[in-house]
Amino acid sequence: MFAGATLILAFVLVLLALAFRPRSVPPDERGQTRFWIIGLGLGFSMTILAALLAYGLTVGERLLPRDSAETVAVRAVAERWSWSFGYEELPGHVTENVLHIPAGRPVDVAITSVDVVHSFWVPRLAGKLDAIPGHVNVLRIEADAPGTYDGLTAEFNGEGYEEHEFLVIAHDEADWQAFLRGEAP
Amino acid sequence: MSALRRHRRLTAIWASEPGWKGWFSTVNHTDVGRMFLATSFFFFLVGGILAMLIRAQLATPHSAFAGPEVYNQLFTMHGTIMMFLFAIPTFEGLAIYLLPKMLGTRDLAYPRLTAYGYWCYFFGGGMLLFSLLAGIAPDGGWFMYPPLTGPIYSPGINTDFWLIGITFVEISAICAAVEFCVSILRYRAPGMSLDKMPIFAWYALVTSLMILTGFPPLILGSVLLEVERAFGLPFFQAELGGDSLLWQHLFWLFGHPEVYIIFLPAAGVISTVIPVMCRTTLLGYGWVVAAAVALAFLSFGLWVHHMFTTGIPHMGLAFFSAASTLVAVPTGVQVFAWIGTMWKGRPELHLPMLHILGFFVTFVMGGLTGVMVAIVPFDWQAHDTAFVTAHLHYVLFGGFVFPILAAIYYWLPLFTGRTRFFKLGELAFGLIFVGFHGTFLAMHWVGLLGQRRRIETYDAEAGWTTINLVSSVSSFVLAIGLAMVLLDVLLHFVVAVRGRRNPWHAGSLEWAMPAPPPAYNFASLPVVETRDPVSSDPHLAVRLARGEGWLADPALDRRETLTVEPSSGTPEYMVIYPGNTRLPIVFAAITGLFFLSLLIKVYWLTPIALAGIATVGWRWVWSLAQPVDLGPQEAGRGERLPVSGETDRAPGWWGSAFLLAADATFFGSLLFGYAFLWTVAPGWPPPELLEPSLLELGVGLAGALVASIGMRIAIRGNRSRGTGVAGLAVALTGTAAAALAVASLMIRVPAPAGHAYDATLFVLGGYALFHAALAGLMQTFLIVRVRRGFTSPARRAEFPIVCLWADYLALVTILVLVVAHLPGWLA
Repeated sequence: MFAGATLILAFVLVLLALAFRPRSVPPDERGQTRFWIIGLGLGFSMTILAALLAYGLTVGERLLPRDSAETVAVRAVAERWSWSFGYEELPGHVTENVLHIPAGRPVDVAITSVDVVHSFWVPRLAGKLDAIPGHVNVLRIEADAPGTYDGLTAEFNGEGYEEHEFLVIAHDEADWQAFLRGEAP
Repeated sequence: MSALRRHRRLTAIWASEPGWKGWFSTVNHTDVGRMFLATSFFFFLVGGILAMLIRAQLATPHSAFAGPEVYNQLFTMHGTIMMFLFAIPTFEGLAIYLLPKMLGTRDLAYPRLTAYGYWCYFFGGGMLLFSLLAGIAPDGGWFMYPPLTGPIYSPGINTDFWLIGITFVEISAICAAVEFCVSILRYRAPGMSLDKMPIFAWYALVTSLMILTGFPPLILGSVLLEVERAFGLPFFQAELGGDSLLWQHLFWLFGHPEVYIIFLPAAGVISTVIPVMCRTTLLGYGWVVAAAVALAFLSFGLWVHHMFTTGIPHMGLAFFSAASTLVAVPTGVQVFAWIGTMWKGRPELHLPMLHILGFFVTFVMGGLTGVMVAIVPFDWQAHDTAFVTAHLHYVLFGGFVFPILAAIYYWLPLFTGRTRFFKLGELAFGLIFVGFHGTFLAMHWVGLLGQRRRIETYDAEAGWTTINLVSSVSSFVLAIGLAMVLLDVLLHFVVAVRGRRNPWHAGSLEWAMPAPPPAYNFASLPVVETRDPVSSDPHLAVRLARGEGWLADPALDRRETLTVEPSSGTPEYMVIYPGNTRLPIVFAAITGLFFLSLLIKVYWLTPIALAGIATVGWRWVWSLAQPVDLGPQEAGRGERLPVSGETDRAPGWWGSAFLLAADATFFGSLLFGYAFLWTVAPGWPPPELLEPSLLELGVGLAGALVASIGMRIAIRGNRSRGTGVAGLAVALTGTAAAALAVASLMIRVPAPAGHAYDATLFVLGGYALFHAALAGLMQTFLIVRVRRGFTSPARRAEFPIVCLWADYLALVTILVLVVAHLPGWLA
């Protein structure tokens, strides 16, 4: 996408520069309209955009959560300025500012808020999704390897915004089972 | 009559009062345009200083320069000032100043309204400036998402300053937009058909129509949020059936068109300046107009792309993603039309052209990053990071500030009649260009590294320190460049030498007058036969000064101009303008008193201010009284034209029609909100529905129809017998019945503060009641007019205007009563 954008920019700049070269122009207004407006304005723009859109939609489709027996369901509740996480497989257990997930399995995070609008974002695992009071949004995340991943709130929410962070810990299978038994991993 | 004597006579008629006192009573578009531009650039300076403070804070990690409570005010006010107090007013000022000159007429459609709009902007902007200086400025981010900005999480007065101040300022945008629509469609030189209109006028027309449909959703959102904050009617609180997403929809329904409202006037400048700088004409005039119109339509279909991360269903995302990329097509058509124009002609690198090149580079880059964030998976990562901040600055600085700088240097010779002496401008351009790209290229990068927007500081370990420092240093280079432009313009007024008329050899009509322009613009109005009248007739200015055009005879000491049939440009009727008056500033001050009473919660003052508004409004209209029939008037070139008061479609009718279009958008947004809450918000259906009442519904519907029919009887009665009192009395009775029905609805709403359903019904009823009061006031006014002998079968223009408002009232009353009663019946 970046290379494509650079190419288009270079193309436009070359066209601009060439306009300044000394020359005699034949006054063929209709031909010029056809070339510049229909050819470049409509044809060129539409081709590029159609290709880009097709790409975006296919990638988006692949990112869509698919149902799978392996899926783990967790719940993320935002408030100013902390996150609390609950686990379907461990009812009643709540962790503050740390989300535990199994590595290598898809995780559905049900996101909501108890006060203002926040946004759940773990840059290395997925894009962001907003936490909106009265609504529950589900985000699919998946960590390929065990480890810790930084999470952020990405919607301005007042004075504590900068420090409003959390951690995601992805466990291997053994640690995850230990976590589900209620043992501190 | 010699050219000089005509000039003196016309100047005596059109000039504003001498000295600084003239500022308060002037209604002349040249004066008001200048005042608008001076004020908007003052706010550009303020917004720029805020930007410097933000960059100073972010230059180093853990900066102790400003804490979050100050920093949050800084970025909120930077965005708010640049959008609402700089960009939009700059368009208004430029168009107010230029449009009548380009269209070959003497003033805009409603000179007093021009001045009223300015004073609303001045007072509203003053409110926001005061909050900034007092340290109680809005601090919720410039798009003000509730519940953060709601009564619970922002109890202070800060948010109220935003909601009330911005709504006050938006009155000026709505006034200007109505005025531009009517002026562009009707106030043109004879012979200037739509296809001969200067391209800038087309862009201004499209922009104005967008303001009329884009601003009402935001005004509605602000009203609802302020009502929630002040009186506890819940619209955005999930616990009480409200939904904060409603604000996001209303805000971006405005917010995305807003981007094009800012870009299109700049595109108009580019389309005007490039052909002149290249000694040719615009390539594909019709295509460019079509592209502007297409852009306007598409821009209303993609507000959701600001909400990609709010959990919109996937199909919805795909649709809005497609729409967001599609909008790049008409932009592409315009960009290539401009480059094609350059290829067609011989470009010369004057200073305005340098800024146009700056525009091309910057805007194309901004457009390309825009296409990137239109792709949903990319946006999920980039959203709310510095990448988006960088993108929007590329679009707005590239798409607005560079073209406006080009405009300044292009029209400065007309503005002052002088030529630049020092070559500061070229150096300034270099600094601005380098400084801008240094600042915001770096910001793209740090955004991709994960720096969120609106954070007040960051850790050194994040590795963003160098990039931020580069960005901050560059931003100061940019600021120095802009300061040099300011200095250049000021020096221009002080030391520059007199220049010759039309230094760029441009073809449009604003150059067919002395520079600086006289108060009356044209000593006689031109007859337009081509798209570039000055190119096809280089001596046009002299011939007009000699009085060879329309309305050359100032014998009657009136401010006269004429209107044309919208598409063909055939002269239709003559308009006699009101003269200098302090009514606009007084009216704006009383409007301000109304807003102030709400802001500081001194509610006993509110009805007094409303009564004041009604009184001054009454006087405003009354002063246009025409005591006798004038008949067709001498219009020059051997033609006679009727005056506007003796026609069926006077300027007031056209203005009302466009204002009602904005009003209907407001009402439509309210109905959308009602439907949205009903279907999407949690906590619906409400615990208790309104008890349907056949009596209330019957009285309301009958009243609405009677009000509408009564006005038609009045029009007929006036036409045949010269009196419409009987019909007006019928209409007034109908209006009263409609008012009674909607007032009863408001009283019967179970618990306005208990659930969003009740709150919405209450506001719907209030909306209808307000329009009933307005229509009733107009009908009463007209009855007094008839009784005092100010109407006749010829002087009939006011009847159709009141009829229009009565019809709108009927529509509103019927819709409000039906949507309020229907759920109760269905249940």
